[in-house]
Amino acid sequence: MTALPDVPAALAPGPGPWLIALRAIVAREALRFVHQRERFVAALVRPLVWLVVFAAGFRSALGLSIIPPYETYIPYEVYIVPGLCGMIQLFNGMQSSLSLVYDREMGSMRLLLTSPLPRPWLLMCKLAAGCAISILQVYAFLAIAAAFGIVMPWGGYVAVLPALVVSGLMLGALGLALSSFIRQLENFAGVMNFVIFPMFFLSTALYPLWKMAESSTLLRDICAVNPFTQGVELIRFALHARLEPAALGWTLLAFAVFAGLAVRGYDPARGLAQRKA
Amino acid sequence: MIRAITLALLAGIAPAAADEIWVTNEKDDTISVIDTETLEVTRTIPTGERPRGIVFSHDFSRVYICASDSDAVQVMDPASGEILHNLPSGEDPEQFALHPDDRRLYIANEDDAIATVVDVETRRVIAQIDVGIEPEGMAVSPDGRIAITTSETTNMAHWIDTGTHVLFANTLVDSRPRHAEFARRGTELWVSSEIGGTVTVFAVADQAELAKIRFDIKGVHDDRIQPVGFEFTPDGRTVFVALGPSNHVAVVDAETYEVVDYILVGRRVWHMAFSPDHRRLFTTNGVSGDVTVIDVESREAIKSIKVGRFPWGAAARPTPKEG
Repeated sequence: MTALPDVPAALAPGPGPWLIALRAIVAREALRFVHQRERFVAALVRPLVWLVVFAAGFRSALGLSIIPPYETYIPYEVYIVPGLCGMIQLFNGMQSSLSLVYDREMGSMRLLLTSPLPRPWLLMCKLAAGCAISILQVYAFLAIAAAFGIVMPWGGYVAVLPALVVSGLMLGALGLALSSFIRQLENFAGVMNFVIFPMFFLSTALYPLWKMAESSTLLRDICAVNPFTQGVELIRFALHARLEPAALGWTLLAFAVFAGLAVRGYDPARGLAQRKA
Repeated sequence: MIRAITLALLAGIAPAAADEIWVTNEKDDTISVIDTETLEVTRTIPTGERPRGIVFSHDFSRVYICASDSDAVQVMDPASGEILHNLPSGEDPEQFALHPDDRRLYIANEDDAIATVVDVETRRVIAQIDVGIEPEGMAVSPDGRIAITTSETTNMAHWIDTGTHVLFANTLVDSRPRHAEFARRGTELWVSSEIGGTVTVFAVADQAELAKIRFDIKGVHDDRIQPVGFEFTPDGRTVFVALGPSNHVAVVDAETYEVVDYILVGRRVWHMAFSPDHRRLFTTNGVSGDVTVIDVESREAIKSIKVGRFPWGAAARPTPKEG
């Protein structure tokens, strides 16, 4: 592991060791990402297929009714872009959790967890690393979408960065929390079925809330409380250089809850270690 | 605070301190007045029944409104919003055109298959001309010599000599012609055909067909592409064509007759008007009850503004001069 040569420095007092751990974990995640080209391609192809195939089949040309932050009618492919940014981050969060389960099976996690630094910090580093990777993927996706002619206001490309950090951390924390409960790699398929799909489909990623309310108000309410919806709406407003305080608040709250669960799950006294014993 | 109050008071005294777009709401029997800078509705003015065509006098001191179901052309003072008087218009006036002399109003009477010519000063009917069934579009050439009316059912553009008020030519166009405009300083006549889905361009000199423009929007069925109103940019190089229930406005190069772009607007777009500075275009979207604002240079829809039910006609009014 790349952190090994830095072990003596890590023992020194001050903020040094904390940053070293952060750098090492981010570097490892980045290295893993760079080496897995297929993962990068898959991360881009998945939303692009939705954009090109699904949006085209959805009578995209006639426009959707106006809902904030949009000020006029928009084609469906414009509506779906923030949801697909969220999808990238959702899959990335799950992928991070998958990698943790893998690390645990392969034993490299033990190495990470023997660090003298507080465990929440190590988890935070892991989160930051995953979030940074997801943001790279989202920007690559936005660039390709722009090449397809789906261009956002220029300010939106800057304003979306902090929104992506918040939503990326929230979805990453969800992945971390889940990974603390999944013992084996094989169970990951279950996570896909029971977490990713309901989260994605029961959200505003594909349809606005009023459309959901047409079929059932219960469905609309479920969509409204889905943290993924809040993350997507945060991204949607940010892409139009606007802040949606409610979405920001709910996303931060969801992040706090998921991060709390993750810290608890990885706490040797209560979570993982005890269950393993 | 004081400044805000002063401004509010000033606004109360002089509501028309900006360029405006006037939109007729067919179902609400009202006109919505939109400020072209703030893009907000500043006034809603009651009119006769089913207002459709709308045009200002050349000095903008009067506005003429086709109140179709009141069988009248109403004359309104745009400053006060009061109806000054009605003009005899014949039955069911739908669209009209003001002659360059600022006096003669050429009105299409949809139910009577005639075109009525009214003198707006004497308020008398000068002539009634038999045309095809369900006349709709109306245009007068820039030199004032030719008036055109299009008949929805006969599928013709009728060429009227404004000197004698006699038809001197009839040209066939595609199904249900809606709107007509002269272009290139009066050398071309453009006619939109709603059901045919085309815009036909004629040479005015010999009424020969020069071109037929067709539209094709990816993902929209051909049946929904129904050209209605259209407007030329002041340089005459570009024309924006409202395509009805396809919810799009086409941008056409008026020199090559090629469609260069499509802009998504509200549902069932009827007509449009440029802001007086020609930087923005306002389209009336009948079914969605709003007006979409298009930035002319970038050709992008920037906002849709809620107006009354079934907005139909649109006309621009520049900021009134002081005094």
